[in-house]
Amino acid sequence: MRIVAKGLTYTYSAKSPFASRALNGVDLTVEEGEFFGIIGHTGSGKSTFVQHLNALIRLTDGSLKVGEYDLADKKCNFVELRSKVGMVFQYPEYQLFAETVEKDVAFGLKNFRKEMKQEERDAAVKEAIETVGLDYARVKDKSPFELSGGQKRRAAIAGVIVTKPEILILDEPAAGLDPLGKKELMELLHSIHGGWCKTIVIVSHDMDEIAENCTRAAVFSEGKVVMEGPPAQLFRHTEELLSLGLDVPVTAKCALLLKERGIELETDFTCDDFAHKVLALWKAEGGIQNDQ
Amino acid sequence: MINDVTFGQYYPAKSFVHNMDPRAKIVFVIAYIVAVFLAKNFFGLAAVTLFLIFIVFLARVPFGSVLRSVKMILFLIIFSAILNLFFYSSNDELHMLWQWKFIRISWEAIINMIFISLRLFLLVMGTSVLMLTTMPVALTDGIESLLTPLKWIRFPVHELALIMSIALRFIPTLTDETNRIIAAQKARGADFETGGLIKRAKAMIPVLVPLLVSAFRRAQDLGDAMEARCYSGAKGRTKYKKLVFTWRDLLGLLVLGGLITGVVFLNIYFGGKFDIINYFL
Amino acid sequence: MEAVKFENVNFSYREDGRDLALRGVNLSIEEGQFVAVLGRNGSGKSTLAKLVNVLLTPLSGKVTVFGMDTSDEKMTFEIRKNAGMVFQNPDNQTVASIVEDDVAFGPENIGVPREEIGKRIEFALDAVGMQEFRQSTPTRLSGGQKQRVAIAGVLAIMPKIMILDESTAMLDPKGRREVMDVIKKLNKERGMTVILITHFMDEALQADRAVVMHRGEIVMDGAPEEIFARSDELEMYNLTLPRAAYICKVLQEAGMPVGNAFTAEELAEGICGSLRKD
Repeated sequence: MRIVAKGLTYTYSAKSPFASRALNGVDLTVEEGEFFGIIGHTGSGKSTFVQHLNALIRLTDGSLKVGEYDLADKKCNFVELRSKVGMVFQYPEYQLFAETVEKDVAFGLKNFRKEMKQEERDAAVKEAIETVGLDYARVKDKSPFELSGGQKRRAAIAGVIVTKPEILILDEPAAGLDPLGKKELMELLHSIHGGWCKTIVIVSHDMDEIAENCTRAAVFSEGKVVMEGPPAQLFRHTEELLSLGLDVPVTAKCALLLKERGIELETDFTCDDFAHKVLALWKAEGGIQNDQ
Repeated sequence: MINDVTFGQYYPAKSFVHNMDPRAKIVFVIAYIVAVFLAKNFFGLAAVTLFLIFIVFLARVPFGSVLRSVKMILFLIIFSAILNLFFYSSNDELHMLWQWKFIRISWEAIINMIFISLRLFLLVMGTSVLMLTTMPVALTDGIESLLTPLKWIRFPVHELALIMSIALRFIPTLTDETNRIIAAQKARGADFETGGLIKRAKAMIPVLVPLLVSAFRRAQDLGDAMEARCYSGAKGRTKYKKLVFTWRDLLGLLVLGGLITGVVFLNIYFGGKFDIINYFL
Repeated sequence: MEAVKFENVNFSYREDGRDLALRGVNLSIEEGQFVAVLGRNGSGKSTLAKLVNVLLTPLSGKVTVFGMDTSDEKMTFEIRKNAGMVFQNPDNQTVASIVEDDVAFGPENIGVPREEIGKRIEFALDAVGMQEFRQSTPTRLSGGQKQRVAIAGVLAIMPKIMILDESTAMLDPKGRREVMDVIKKLNKERGMTVILITHFMDEALQADRAVVMHRGEIVMDGAPEEIFARSDELEMYNLTLPRAAYICKVLQEAGMPVGNAFTAEELAEGICGSLRKD
């Protein structure tokens, strides 16, 4: 399913003294199969945008199509859309509610696939719990509130992917996790990407995360998309990003400093590629002999 | 997202009324309510209405927002009007207008209905002017200050004020949180809009449980944060905010005293509300 | 003088004293030091912080703050006046709906006279650069601004130690920068002792000293540069290197003669140096 937004505009508390415009004509296309990143600081409209994608916020102005679903159409089947566009909110562990992890994960299935048989449902729940890397036998009958912080987050994600959505949207999925937790979470996302989950969209503040994981990314600022492209291109505009008050990956910052000293580096801004390219330069200058 | 209860119905503007001491305004509204109840005839209510219009004008709030507050209790007013219309009874003889089996409508009932409805309108609109011109925070301060004498009978005034203040502070946070949880569960296919009462109540469980868990977590955090900032009850505590009673407040209260006197005077001069029947019949 | 001292401290959240959250912790922090505490979730970092502020007291061993024993109940108030604490969730630490009222809360609690509270609010909001938001509502502020208000609320009590328990964890990069700038300023200009608990390795780099915790024990302790040079050890405790340090390590392992680097600037410097371009 392809996401096509044109002229998307949205105002909170419209017609009140506290009206605030969150989106101001967003044009954006996300192709099927992408691992798409959305960048922008708080209040840039990125959360409002992603909540439009599964009609949690109803379209009021502009057009938005997700696959064959036209969200401007009043007759659009929003429930069916939501089963195909999964949404993991920021700190998803705060939405856990059921007595057991198994019941919590099954919640989405019970809502979306009412016709499903008990055995099928159990199998799907088991698969989801195992996909997120939890031990099914050990956690299924536990209260979700007994799990550790990282496990809770996994359980919450299992509750979203249990319906195998074709598009999975995650708002700051790694927020608050420690470095290892972050790394494991990204590995989890890559493991499901490309299978039943065709497209992943992550909203993130962490530019290194975007550089290392995304095929393409868009930068939101003041309710608009101001830049978009693959990280390798996007982060070449380091100065522009910094002027928007955003961070850039460490590699981009370093590349900029090197450029100022006359050293050009063609890199995709992942740490490994960066190191690789630096080493290539060094070897080209006869570095190895130098070292002996 | 922005559903802010911190401001309540507060309508930001610079006006004589906005600048009054919240304590004066609370006393003012109480006195206003007394005036509304004291009025025994339509002339008294008319005087109060004129006064209210003057205040709204002075407060520079749009008349529409004052009327909007009535909308919320319109049902209540209509309900009481209907009851009054059909079931008015009195020891005095009534001037009958229409009668069918046990349903009787008298001129007195109609007048009484109009009178009571007007009274309710005036009450709601008057208090809404208070809400429109005073921030909830200032109201809390005002209530705390007015209740201070109760400390003598060991009434926990400080604790009550702190509870009100914290509640005010957390309402917007919890409202946001509720909206976020509702959105998250909707994304998992939860349906809050269809079905009967029981089904809808059941549908709220996935919202209420996380909300409750979160409220407890927040309470725990806040408790730690307060303790870390040396909170240990009212003892030995000072207070930074001090309310100042100014000439405005005195003037306001004097004017209101005038209104009450006027209403009493009109009562004596024009008599009760049913006297107008004699003019027409 | 020693601002904080842990002597052989054990702590357990369980009544029966099992499952120790801290085991045999010895730590001494000098006044004016800026110490970062690193470690995975559940490694005991927050427990350590709460023991300083007397939100917790040790199961055994002794914690002293400027020589005052935290187990002595009579000293609790005095210790809290000296050791302020800022927490993780910016939404859960303000009590009032107006910024200045919230900053006033601490001084009110310790019985500061009214006129003096006004001055302290002025000073505290100035120190965190939030003067213009004095009459604002905290719920309307950004995460970084909320945390700065929380810091001001602590500053108004005039503590000598500031403990930040993952106070940057829920902020966006801009908010984190704002908070870090304020903390560094307090440390440099006012000689405030800072204990910063964090997941972010780049924040630890800005401290004078880094302490790594693992399963309730202090396993590494030293200058941040020294800690990050021991990358194999860090990996054992499930911590990752700052990205610049990681790249530097890859380069060094391939034989490129770059000096240790921890930031983009240092890395660029090192690469330039060994490429001999200038």
